[in-house]
Amino acid sequence: MTQPDDHWLIRPTTIRWLWIIGYSVLAITVLLQLVIPVKGYFGIDGWFGFGALFGFLSCVLMVFGAKFIGKLLKRPDDYYDV
Amino acid sequence: MFEMFPPALALIGGALLTALISSRQLRAVVVIVAPLICLYLIWQVPDGVVVRSAFLGYPLELVEGGPVRRLFATIFAIMSATGAVFAFNHARRTELVAAQLYAAGAVGVSFAGDLLTLFVFWEIMALFSTVVVWCGGTESARAAGVRYAIMHLLGGVILKVGIEGLLVTTGSLDIRPLSAHDFSTWMILIGILINAAAPPLSSWLSDAYPTASPTGSVFLSAFTTKTAILALILLFPGESILVGVGLFMVFYGIFYALLENDIRRILAFSIVNQVGFMVVAVGIGTEMAINGASAHAFAHIIYKALLFMSAGVVVMRTGKHLCTDVGGLFRTMPVTMWCGVVGALAISSFPLTSGFTTKTLISQAAVGEGLTTVYFLLAAASAGVFLHAGIKFPWFVFFQKDSGLRPKDAPWNMRIAMLFFAFLCILIGVYPQLLYPLLPYAMDYHPYKPGKVLFYLQLLLFSGLAFFLLLPWMKRTLTISLDVDWLWRRGLPLLVKYVARIGKPPVSAMRNRLQHGAGLLTASARHTMGHTGPLGRSWEIGTTALWIVLLLMVYVFAYYLF
Repeated sequence: MTQPDDHWLIRPTTIRWLWIIGYSVLAITVLLQLVIPVKGYFGIDGWFGFGALFGFLSCVLMVFGAKFIGKLLKRPDDYYDV
Repeated sequence: MFEMFPPALALIGGALLTALISSRQLRAVVVIVAPLICLYLIWQVPDGVVVRSAFLGYPLELVEGGPVRRLFATIFAIMSATGAVFAFNHARRTELVAAQLYAAGAVGVSFAGDLLTLFVFWEIMALFSTVVVWCGGTESARAAGVRYAIMHLLGGVILKVGIEGLLVTTGSLDIRPLSAHDFSTWMILIGILINAAAPPLSSWLSDAYPTASPTGSVFLSAFTTKTAILALILLFPGESILVGVGLFMVFYGIFYALLENDIRRILAFSIVNQVGFMVVAVGIGTEMAINGASAHAFAHIIYKALLFMSAGVVVMRTGKHLCTDVGGLFRTMPVTMWCGVVGALAISSFPLTSGFTTKTLISQAAVGEGLTTVYFLLAAASAGVFLHAGIKFPWFVFFQKDSGLRPKDAPWNMRIAMLFFAFLCILIGVYPQLLYPLLPYAMDYHPYKPGKVLFYLQLLLFSGLAFFLLLPWMKRTLTISLDVDWLWRRGLPLLVKYVARIGKPPVSAMRNRLQHGAGLLTASARHTMGHTGPLGRSWEIGTTALWIVLLLMVYVFAYYLF
């Protein structure tokens, strides 16, 4: 059994590398659109980087939407027990 | 009597044997082999009605074959066998028996040629899935099971009302495409949609499934909602209201899953989300869309069961069921983690997984019909699926913080089941041409066009970026989220209490007045009828005779006059 802080995956250097690799992959997927055309079925979805922007903004909206709904609907998890 | 052996009987026979056999080893063989025999029988069913019977003068078509029916029955049988491999060593005997009968109900519905047969198998599913929920063994499983049973029996009654009405108005019980245009067809549609966890009655699913045992929720995830999808495909293809209903389900699932803390409840909400995609497809109703709904149901059963297996192992090994209690499990549970990740990628329709080759069919169907809004909402939802299930589930369970837990990885039989389903997720993702010929309609569709792959990679990877950037806003809290079931879990008791409270003064005032009136009445009766009262005391014969004569005279007089 490895010690909690000793696992290579959670070392700060690894995590920093993961972020670097992650950002590079993101950049590559957008830049690849210069070479591979994305067929836009409705015009706008063929724009450069549309998938990236659309995915990111949808998620931001959903996270904050959920946050707002949570304000109304969240209750302590023993709500129905008491 | 039968031209062939109804496939569902193999599972019913398996269940009976499981109940009777006392040897554990032999029982394990039965629960795994019975679904395989069932699978063999499924592939012997030709197109058209093959087994007929009659009940009370109604012609029944117990088994009717067809491509889409065979496809659904196939995945139900595969699920049943793999679920048995996963469960046989850990589940109670009752649960194994109930799970087989539940699967038998699903296979029976798949081949039902008339609505009465469909209804009978529908109710078998409701009954035995309730037993599976109860096998969770806890007080919350018992209570959730009762709510689950009430909801499904209610749904069954609504369905039955519709079936009876349809029989009266059309004289036929045949399963054929209908449209929701009158009372009966609406009742049938509503009855089916209740089983699909459509709004407003979605909460039974997220309420009951997470309370079942770690093995039970694997079975539960597969059958009920997907038989509802099959019923919609057979009865209501192209019913346009389903597009709206499905889109609501898609986003309901995402938002509730984002708020949820219970590991298996996150997955339960994402069932509603995924079934929403299929409901949208049935609503679009073109050949491509029906293919999409069928293919997605097939792929969904596999990756969703895989996710529930992975979560089930975690719950079983750690005894914890909240995201806030686990984390960092990747260290000691690599197999469970990797299988969970494959399931999570598949549900997110990542390229090279089954979700990609099936869900894009639905998007393509929306394109085909020029449904711009639907297409973009589905694309946004795909990003949302990656957010709430694709990353959230593996991240919070296996990574996140170090919870200090060092549980053992899955037992061997559970590993086999998970690895097999993970393999299928990738197989269907890499070789979709294995699945496409089984779909109800022939089509020429290639999911792996470079532009399409790139679009989905951008969409999903930037959703992943959003997840990690927004992590501070996604901190898990010890909360639940209210749903429509608040109305009967809290609202109804509150209403009863409230009515009792405001009803008390007038009711007690009325009671006092009634008691007062009754008191007066008895007092006066005692006064007149008592042994000293005018009517109660004893009279002389002569006085009595005089009174009788007097009364008779009044009577004769009145008779003569009127």
